[in-house]
Parts: sequence; structure tokens; C-alpha cells
Amino acid sequence: MARVIIRSLNKKFDGVHAVKDVNLEIHDKEFVVLVGPSGCGKTTTLRMVAGLESITSGEILIGDRVVNELPPMDRDIAMVFQNYALYPHMSVYDNMAFGLKMRGFDRIEIANRVQVAAEILGIQEQLQRKPRQLSGGQRQRVALGRAIVRHPQVFLFDEPLSNLDAKLRIQMRVEIKKIHVRLGTTAIYVTHDQVEAMTLGDRVVVMKDGVVQQVGEPLELYNEPANRFVAGFIGSPAMNFATVEVANADGALWARHEGIRIKLPARIADRLRRYLGEKVTLGIRPEDLRVASSSDTADLSFDSVVEVIEKLGSEILLDVKVGPNTMVAAVEPTVKAKIHDRLRLALDPDRLYFFDGTSQAAI
Amino acid sequence: MAAESVVAAKSYTAAPRRGAVTRVLENERWFAFFLLLPTAVLLGLFMAYPFIKGVMLALSDAKVGVPGSFVGLQNFTALLNDSIFRTAVWNTIVYTAVTTVFKLALGLWLALLLNRHFRGKAVTRAFVLLPFIIPTVLSTFAWKWMFDPTFSVINWTLFHLGIIRTRINWLSDPGLALISVIIVNIWRGVPFYAISLLAGLQTVNPELAEAAAIDGARPWQRFRYITWPLLLPVTMVVVLFSVIQTFADFQLVYVLTGGGPANATQLFATYAYQIGVGTGLLGQGAAISLAMFPVLLVVVVVQLLYIRRVEIH
Repeated sequence: MARVIIRSLNKKFDGVHAVKDVNLEIHDKEFVVLVGPSGCGKTTTLRMVAGLESITSGEILIGDRVVNELPPMDRDIAMVFQNYALYPHMSVYDNMAFGLKMRGFDRIEIANRVQVAAEILGIQEQLQRKPRQLSGGQRQRVALGRAIVRHPQVFLFDEPLSNLDAKLRIQMRVEIKKIHVRLGTTAIYVTHDQVEAMTLGDRVVVMKDGVVQQVGEPLELYNEPANRFVAGFIGSPAMNFATVEVANADGALWARHEGIRIKLPARIADRLRRYLGEKVTLGIRPEDLRVASSSDTADLSFDSVVEVIEKLGSEILLDVKVGPNTMVAAVEPTVKAKIHDRLRLALDPDRLYFFDGTSQAAI
Repeated sequence: MAAESVVAAKSYTAAPRRGAVTRVLENERWFAFFLLLPTAVLLGLFMAYPFIKGVMLALSDAKVGVPGSFVGLQNFTALLNDSIFRTAVWNTIVYTAVTTVFKLALGLWLALLLNRHFRGKAVTRAFVLLPFIIPTVLSTFAWKWMFDPTFSVINWTLFHLGIIRTRINWLSDPGLALISVIIVNIWRGVPFYAISLLAGLQTVNPELAEAAAIDGARPWQRFRYITWPLLLPVTMVVVLFSVIQTFADFQLVYVLTGGGPANATQLFATYAYQIGVGTGLLGQGAAISLAMFPVLLVVVVVQLLYIRRVEIH
């Protein structure tokens, strides 16, 4: 068990700067998730930690050792691959035992460790089978088992669940979490799925174009996104955005745009005052919109036209048109709305997000 | 269901009358027969007929210009007492065994190198195939010049490097002739191994090697425990093809030495040619060619069984 420190890490492939100046400290026993769209550099970062990719510049420490020049086998890590990467010609037992054999463990110790891992994962019955005789979920368990038996300092996961169907993915997600709680091994987990990131991570690292956008606990990312990208990436359905102008009228600040006219509460107004007369991006989460009642003031609500209705059971998603903008509102399942209905939506003034029009950083 | 079949039957009877040929072709068995016919005719004409004719020749005392009569196994018993034939058998076994080992080792090494990422990979791969693409007769003539005692570039190089003081008679020294022929065969055969094994290597998921590296396997162990077992089925097929071709090799030896000096490079095929065509003893020549058959059959059966076993496990 160990902490992992990444300092000013860079990776360039033939002119493409894939990872830019990444700094990260992963504490001992922490589960950190790297998340971002494809091509954001998250897998490359993980592969550099694993030693499968050379480092262009920067430093990686596992435990207190700089591992830049160490080959993968000397880094004391275990990795779970997206496509499992099980040795097809070996039985499940041999797949799990391989790493221990290579490290010269004696036979009894190997058998014990494999047995314990197989019990944790519920694959005792499959030990003599070949990988191709297993289902996707079972294969992923074997891949996890291969990592567990090693008792490594760090677990690395490279999108391990993306080849599984939705139901199995949720099940395995819970199991990975349980295993981490049980073993307490430091883990770095790469995924493009923000739900996986939010549910698994003690902390989540959001990346885009090789740059770390924000590092934080899941709810911190959700409630206080550092910029427009994080705000749009974290949360489902995604945050609604609209370009608004900050205007001064009747002794208060207003965010104005076609179809939208919101009076800004004093707390936000202070921060937005220097943008007076400028355009900024307004962000509203779908779940922070609701159908307005007669008690809602006109200052904190706006008119919309319903375009699409998605009934999910626990909630209804309304795709609505607000002036020229399209927005999504997640409303109570009891709301009765029809396509083309005019609907007044109210918002929570404490849950409005504003982003700088050019830098896109949170205001 | 019932209604459907009634409708179908009606439409069937209502169909226009068809000719006799169409009716025959609608029978699947006949249709299959007609589809297979061209292949069967070609195989029969160019494979089965020559083979049967060869067997019949081998059992006769036919010579050029003389149809000959049936003599039973007389040609074969004569071969048992033929010391040149025994030499040819031994040479063929040595030739095949030595070249196969070297071709496999060098081909595998080359394939592993070519499987890495480097600049100019595609061009290098194309170049590697050259010995295989050039017609054997042409490249062998080039080698013949290189082995020529007077003009030999090999001798010239060795001489100027100070390694030798006198000319080496590569092809006329009975001890060196077989080695020379083996060298040329290896040179010609390595590309086939390299490219085939490279194709095999590319079907091995590179993630497996990465997983093994993380599992603690050193490069040699990764090859030994991961790459080699996964490459084995392809390797067996490649070796099978190569052994068959090498065992029956003719043109290379024919051009370089003609089987000489003093039968030092005589192989099955060259000896069969010499007796059958050179001397005109068609029956004897056919018997020599046919003597290869059981050996090759055993090789093929053993290897095919092995490949099946590998595939099952």
C-alpha cells in the first residue's frame, strides 16, 4: 500500500501533446478516478503510472520511489485491462497464479492466495476453465482476481467495465467498491463514464485535452464545478447552458437573454458585478428546474415550450425551448405536460452557475 | 400453417412448365454435383491422373520410347540396394532437418523484430520478402556466382578480411556443397517463415504482453509463456508447409550442383529426375519419386494431429 505522486507529468506522441503538466497526489488507500471524454489523456496517464508508456517529462512516485525508469514488473502494481487481457491458453487458476509464479512464490502460497481471491470474487467453480468458456462478467472477475492475488501497492483500472452490459456494469461497480473497502489498496481508475467516477471515487480527476480540469470529491465537482466543462461533464442529464448578458436595472443585477430574465440574488450579484454589460454563460442543472407555481415570482422563472417528454418513472425529463435555447428540466413524475404546452419553469436562485464568457472558468 | 401450404402448393402448380435441365438442377444433390464438377475434373486431370500414372510407371520397367510391362515391386527392391538412393535419402533428411531448424529460428527472430514499431517498418517488411519473390532459378544463379571458386564474392570478402588464404571450392568440395545448398535454401525460406509468423504474431493481443509485464514476466518469460504458446498453431502450419516443400525441393539443387559433386547434394527429387529423365529409366525414376510419399504422409499426419490437439486445448 502506498501513495502515488505525479509531478508535472507530460507525454508527447509524434507532435501530439497528450498529457499536459499533470500534478496529482493520491493518498495511501485512496480510490481516485480519472474521468474525461476519449482522447483526454486519462488512459495515457494511467499507462505511464503502469510503466507501459514512457514519460516525456515529469516524475511519478509510487510509495517513496521515483519509478520513471522502472519497468512495469518492478513497480509493484497490478492492472485490470478493458479487454480483460486474460491469457487465453491458461486456465483461470493459471491466469491468477501467473504473476505469483513469475515472482517466485512457492506453490502452497500461490494456491492459498488464488483460493482466497477466488472466494472473494465467487469464481471457485471456474478455476479449471479456460477464459473463453467464461461469460464477460466472469472474465472480468478473473482479471480482478489476477490483480488481487498479487497484493500490490497500487491497483490500476483501465475502463474495466466498459465491455459489460449495463446491468452487469452496475453489479461489478459495487463489487469493485466492496473489494476496495475490504483490501484498502490504493487505486487509480480510468473511465469515461461520469456515473462510475462519481460512485467509485473517493476523489475524481476530470481531464480534458490532456489537462486536469478539476480534482475533488464527487459532490464537490457536482456542486462547485471549476469551469463550464466540468459542469457539463458531471451530472446526468447534463447541465443547461445559456449565454446571458449581465444588466443593471431597478437597483439589482439581472441575467438577461431572449426568453430569460432572472434577478440575481445579492450573493451572486457581488461576484458578477464586474461583468456588467458583458456576456457570461449561465448554467442550470435540469434537477434544479421545476414547474412554477403561483407563489413563484416572475424574477426567478421563465416561460418555455415543451418539445419532448421522456418519462423515466422516478422523474420526467422535459426538453423545452426557452427563447432560442433548448433546455432539459427534470421534474416530478406527477407533472402532466403535453408536447407544445407552454410551461413556466422556476429555478432555485442558490443553484445558479455562472461561467466567464471567454475563459469558461466558474465565476 | 395449413392455409400457407395450400397457397404455396397452388402457386407451385401454377408456375410455368420448366425444362428437364431446370428440373434436374432443382434437385440439390444434382446441383451440388454440377457445382463440384469443374473442380473434380481439374483435380482429376492434374492431380489424380498423374499420381496414378506415376504409380503405374513405378510398377513397370518403362523407359523413354518403351512402354514397358508390369514388374511388380522390382523397382523398389532395386532402390533398397542402390547406394546413391540411400545417400539421396540421407541428404534429403539432413537438408530438410537443418534448413527447417534454421529457417524457423531465423524467421521467428526476424518476425519478432518486425513486429516492433520502428520507422520504415512497412518498407523493411516488403524488403524482407524479396528472396521469396524473386524466382528461385534466378536467385540461385546469383548464388552460383557467389559460390564460384574464381569469381566468388564470398571468397573475395573472406580473403580481404584475412580469414582465408586459399580459395574455397564451395560447390565442388563434397563436404561444403551440401552446406552451401543448405545456406541458399535457408536464405530463400526465411522470408516465408518471417512473414507467416509475423502475421501470427499480429493476432496475439499486445495487451497480453503488457499484462504479463505487469505480472512480473521478463521479456524472455513473456515470449516463453505467452507469445510462443499462442503462436504455436501458426508455427506448426508454417513448418508443415515448409517441410513438404523442402523435402521435395528440386530447382535450387538442380541449378547449383545438379546433385553433385559425387552425389554429395543428391536429393530425392534430383535423383528421381536424373534417373527418370536424364537416364530415361521412367519406371525407376517414378519409383524414387513415389518413395517420398510415405515419408511426407507421416509428416503431414503427425503435424495435422498435433495442430488439432493444440486447437482443442
